[in-house]
Amino acid sequence: MNEALLRSLTPSVLAVLVRRGADFAAAEDAVQDALVEAVRVWPADPPRDAKGWLVTVAWRKFLDQARADTARRRREDVVDEEPAPGPAPAVDDTLQLYFLCAHPSLTPSSAVALTLRAVGGLTTRQIAQAYLVPEATMAQRISRAKRTVSGVRFDQPGDVATVLRVLYLVFNEGYSGDVDLAAEAIRLTRQLAAAIDHPEVAGLLALMLLHHARRAARTAPDGSLVPLAEQDRGRWDTGLIAEGIEILQSALARDRLGEFQAQAAIAALHADAPAAEETDWVQIVEWYDELARLTDSPVVRLNRAVAVGEADGPRAGLAALAELDASLPRHAAVAAYLHERDGDLTTAARLYAEAAHKAPTLAERNHLTRQAARLNARRHH
Amino acid sequence: MAKYLLLKHYRGAPAPVNNVPMDQWSPEEISAHVQYMNDFAARLEKTGEFVDGQALAPEGAWVRYDGEGRPPVTDGPFAETKDLIAGWMVIDVDSYERAVELAGELSAAPGAGGKPIHEWLEVRPFLTATPNITECH
Repeated sequence: MNEALLRSLTPSVLAVLVRRGADFAAAEDAVQDALVEAVRVWPADPPRDAKGWLVTVAWRKFLDQARADTARRRREDVVDEEPAPGPAPAVDDTLQLYFLCAHPSLTPSSAVALTLRAVGGLTTRQIAQAYLVPEATMAQRISRAKRTVSGVRFDQPGDVATVLRVLYLVFNEGYSGDVDLAAEAIRLTRQLAAAIDHPEVAGLLALMLLHHARRAARTAPDGSLVPLAEQDRGRWDTGLIAEGIEILQSALARDRLGEFQAQAAIAALHADAPAAEETDWVQIVEWYDELARLTDSPVVRLNRAVAVGEADGPRAGLAALAELDASLPRHAAVAAYLHERDGDLTTAARLYAEAAHKAPTLAERNHLTRQAARLNARRHH
Repeated sequence: MAKYLLLKHYRGAPAPVNNVPMDQWSPEEISAHVQYMNDFAARLEKTGEFVDGQALAPEGAWVRYDGEGRPPVTDGPFAETKDLIAGWMVIDVDSYERAVELAGELSAAPGAGGKPIHEWLEVRPFLTATPNITECH
């Protein structure tokens, strides 16, 4: 049984229950129960209509629970019988679920957890493992999130930008444990792109595909980081790159530029270069200028300084860097790189060591310490 | 089984035998060190003794309550002289002797010149839950 296929049915099944009048929290629990049942039953007895099976089982689970609850708190609004089959759920329903799970009243961590469960169909345990927290903690986070959105009307229009931020967060988490969150983010973004025609959704999907294409080349067999310029480009996934570029091009043709399209354009220019030396840095700088206009983010200007250093030489890069706050994350790492390119190995080694001290991940710390060590060894011999 | 914390310090522990800052090693020596640490954790997972391992950023701050309706007081980053924890490994082993044996192996991780660092690690037993068959008097 294809688990991803099963999980891809989650949002539309959930939407059917909500349309039939089930409240979101109870419906979501019922769909999870139905998924568990499917994993148990389907291998021996696969249904002809997978979605119909899930809707029937989930609805029955919901009614069982509602009946059990009636003793405690009367719930007259639940129709205690098999309803007439409703209209085939529109694609629109899936979109509404994305909006609900990324609702602005939720904190980012709650929105991420709820999206992975209610839209992605992952179990609480899988989500907990992926984020390295106890299952009970994740269960609480999800049930609080469900309570937070319980008053939100399902057909209320939402904001695509909040959904994209949530999916971007999931993608960036990378992967730990059994669940590949990057791949899951791509799957959910594909599904969103099928539900809504929006250039920034396409932009984010393209960005994810172009980054994912390089994943195998990004780490050495011993787990250490391989910088973009040193990656074996033969290990980049050309299929994903081609798909990402095609999606990006048709999004850009709509002439409604946004930050994800601009980021994807930069990723596409890297992907396009057969060798690091052939990278079109001048165009990359132009895209960073666009991006800075769109977001006004200091992190973008930091990355722009690197691109300027490649396009116009390290001195120009250092001049661009001088305009930025030195307390920015990764500022020291960028400064170290530009000073090395400029031939000042002593300053570069000192800055690499400082950058290692401030590194946010163990892999980056090891990488930056190794850079400092490389330059120190060269200076001493 | 009993749980122990193996604690590694950035500062505050007695000086190790092979005391060379990491950015003065060769890149290959750094790779060998990282590999040793990864292999050590993987081996403990296989023997069923690994519980958790985490590394901490070197910079942090002191924080304390400052009274009703006031924001907490912070003091940091830490002064240079302070005892500073770099990270830990939690193991679940049969005896104190086994915990010491494993801490000794971890301390043998290679450093400058490919030679063991002989780093001092702190070994601390966890306080456990009260067993059912023990009464408090």
